Amino acid sequence: MSLLVNILGLLLIAAIVWWFWLAGRKNGGEHYSDTLEILVKDGVYDPDRIEVPAGEEITLHFRREDPSPCAEYVVFSDLDISKQLAVHKVTELNLPALQKGEYPFTCQMKMYRGLLVSR
Amino acid sequence: MSQKQKQVFALSGASCASCVRKIESALESVPGVEDAKVNLAEKTLSVVGDVDQTRCIQAVEEVGYGAKPARKDPREQREQQKAEDKRHYRQLLWRCGVALGLGIPLMAWGLITGEMTVTTPTEQLAWGAVGLLTLAVMVFCGGHFYTGGWKAFRHHNANMDTLIALGTAAAWLYSMMVVLAPGLLPEAARHVYFEASAMIIGLINLGQALEVRARGKTSAAVEKLLELQDTSARVLRDGEEVDIPLEDVQPGDRMRVRPGEKVPVDGVVRVGSSLVDESMLTGEPVPVKKVEGDAVSAGTLNKNGTLIFEAQKVGAETRLSQIIEMVRNAQNSRVPIARLADQISAIFVPTVMIIAVLAALVWFNIGPDPRAAHMLVVLTSVLIIACPCALGLATPMSVMVGVGKGAEHGVLIRNGKALQQASDLDTLVVDKTGTLTEGAPKLTDIETDLDEDTLLALLASLEAGSEHPLAEAIVQAAKERDLQLSEVEDFEAITAHGVRGNIGGKQVLLGNRKLLEREGIPEGDWPLQAKALAEQGRTAMYAAVDGKAAGVIAVADPIRDDAKAAVARLQKAGLTVQMLTGDNRATAEAVARQLNIDEVHADLQPEDKEKLVSQLQDKGKKVGMAGDGINDAPALARADVGFAIGAGTDVAIETADVTLMRSSLHGVADAIELSRATLRNIKQNLFGAFIYNTLGIPIAAGVLYPVTGALLSPVIAGAAMAFSSVTVVSNANRLRFFRPTQVAGEKN
Ligand SMILES: [Cu+2]
Repeated sequence: MSLLVNILGLLLIAAIVWWFWLAGRKNGGEHYSDTLEILVKDGVYDPDRIEVPAGEEITLHFRREDPSPCAEYVVFSDLDISKQLAVHKVTELNLPALQKGEYPFTCQMKMYRGLLVSR
Repeated sequence: MSQKQKQVFALSGASCASCVRKIESALESVPGVEDAKVNLAEKTLSVVGDVDQTRCIQAVEEVGYGAKPARKDPREQREQQKAEDKRHYRQLLWRCGVALGLGIPLMAWGLITGEMTVTTPTEQLAWGAVGLLTLAVMVFCGGHFYTGGWKAFRHHNANMDTLIALGTAAAWLYSMMVVLAPGLLPEAARHVYFEASAMIIGLINLGQALEVRARGKTSAAVEKLLELQDTSARVLRDGEEVDIPLEDVQPGDRMRVRPGEKVPVDGVVRVGSSLVDESMLTGEPVPVKKVEGDAVSAGTLNKNGTLIFEAQKVGAETRLSQIIEMVRNAQNSRVPIARLADQISAIFVPTVMIIAVLAALVWFNIGPDPRAAHMLVVLTSVLIIACPCALGLATPMSVMVGVGKGAEHGVLIRNGKALQQASDLDTLVVDKTGTLTEGAPKLTDIETDLDEDTLLALLASLEAGSEHPLAEAIVQAAKERDLQLSEVEDFEAITAHGVRGNIGGKQVLLGNRKLLEREGIPEGDWPLQAKALAEQGRTAMYAAVDGKAAGVIAVADPIRDDAKAAVARLQKAGLTVQMLTGDNRATAEAVARQLNIDEVHADLQPEDKEKLVSQLQDKGKKVGMAGDGINDAPALARADVGFAIGAGTDVAIETADVTLMRSSLHGVADAIELSRATLRNIKQNLFGAFIYNTLGIPIAAGVLYPVTGALLSPVIAGAAMAFSSVTVVSNANRLRFFRPTQVAGEKN
């Protein structure tokens, strides 16, 4: 019995490590298009991984459906760009041409997390 | 490059899905439309493509609905946001009330009777009912935690919702197991924790409600700036005054501003004069006199006269809009000191989950009985007490308030990096002209054997045609004394010596000592006088009339009234102040003496300034540079923090780390004090959040058990977590009371 509980516990830890840190990092994410809307709701950006073309100015459309204050701003801290998002509305955010690379975007308190992959 | 046009219309009459289809297909037949989309929730229609606005409206009207161009009014949006916040606040309070309404009686029951265990079938039934009630509360008051946690989980992400969901669910599931199958657990462990789930949900909702309130205040400064923007403007069209919405104002429009009204857009005064209060933009308390030809900025307040001015910049182009834009961007930019916190918060939640499991296992293996109950308490408490948001909020909240506060004082901070670097400067390099001095030379002395006015009139007449700054000072002085100027004949500029000319039959010379020598004019005692003037930092020139030395006149760039007090403030803040100037050493040192400046670098070429800054940096100094943003741009860029002073110009706003709207060195001192206050606040917050989590988690895991003989109750863990982020936000809000120091003798 006690061995079983210990093994279950360790398996649980392994599962946490795998699910949150190892799995789900590989896929390239949604392809960018003019009409792509990023839904801001319930603690996640959906899609949270977006592939955007490098060297092009683009406009992202955020639809915020979450009134909690965490969702209020979207911050691209590497680019020093941020935008206040209006609730129940689409807010446009213009980005300059990006070099190839990864640009995380988050809410102010880093609860919402997303990634722009520029290639 | 073709820019795709997008227009947005507000719809009326559209209420169902079929309306959407009708409107969209009606729009598709309009030539030029590439895409038309109706948003039913917002009742808007957005049209992409190069289309005529009225044709779109027509098309919508033809199918039986109404449309008009949507006004993008930031004020309206803000009002809506505020209403939304209020609604959300009430909702949170409601949820909190309901959850605590169940949790508190349950907790009281447990504390008073001590009976939270399940042994008899009656108890099973009673607690089963309570369990279902708790489940209802969890779903109704905390449903958003579970959906949020689940959604994040599916995205391989974990956040605070995850922790709350796991913690409360664990407590509920354990309790339900006790109720349904008490036989599975030893008698001592048959304890229910329904009150914990309800209380935690209630407390966290309360914490979030308070946070929403406190957060509203962090953007107070930007709100204030936004409120400076009027919604309509009075335009003169065909000689008549028309009130039009602000966004319809075009450059070139003439507009009238009456006393007590705000200037709606940026422009240039064409008719009238008035005092204008610019304190909201510049922090400069004294109203500025505006006459024909002067620039006025949107958001400033017209005090006493009526002005007619021509609009030059409107909408996002105005200085006010640019300030708001810059402040907003800076408010969310990254502060280097927060890097560690960012890295931690990225892995925080899964780590806490692992710690919780490990702690539970430790209690299972070596803990005292009842082991199952202890495991549950430890697991729940660890999950619930950990608060990643306190960590995540620590920096941004302080920066929000600090940067906003700066804007209130006419200090625009470019980003978090500039803010942090400004806080640990130890050397400030200041360009003399325009920063320490007025930047416009004035006549200071006339010493002559003749009548002062007579000589001044002659010299002013002589210099009237010249564009040299010193010449301007002489002409200006003559104008101030209402002297009559005469025609010059045979004007001649003698390179490196001075000028000469004939005025009303008299031959007048003005120049340096070499000029007198060259002309063979006896100098008399004048060189002594000239030397004395030069020692005071003034530029002395010799005047001669009809071959006889007539006297010396001196010109100087007057020191700004507030420079001395500002230098003193900076020195008090621990900075070494160094002066840079292209002037000669004698002049420079005279100024430095009066201002008590630590070090002087004179006779500099423009490119030397940048070199000097990097030399100081090589010596390990943290160098700030204050200058005018245009001539000093390279040095400003080289410095750790560049302060562009007196910056009506857009150039400066674009490039400097810190832009000071007021032409005063006090702005630099304000900026440094503010950045230090903000950094202190950030450090308090970060320290608080780190300590909270590094102490809270082990305590929740039970390290104090050997001492206290009790485990931390999950309810207390919930309360601690709920209030930790409120504390962070409230501490950041303390920055709103920041005031720059005043130095004795400073004029106000
Ligand atoms: Cu939290």
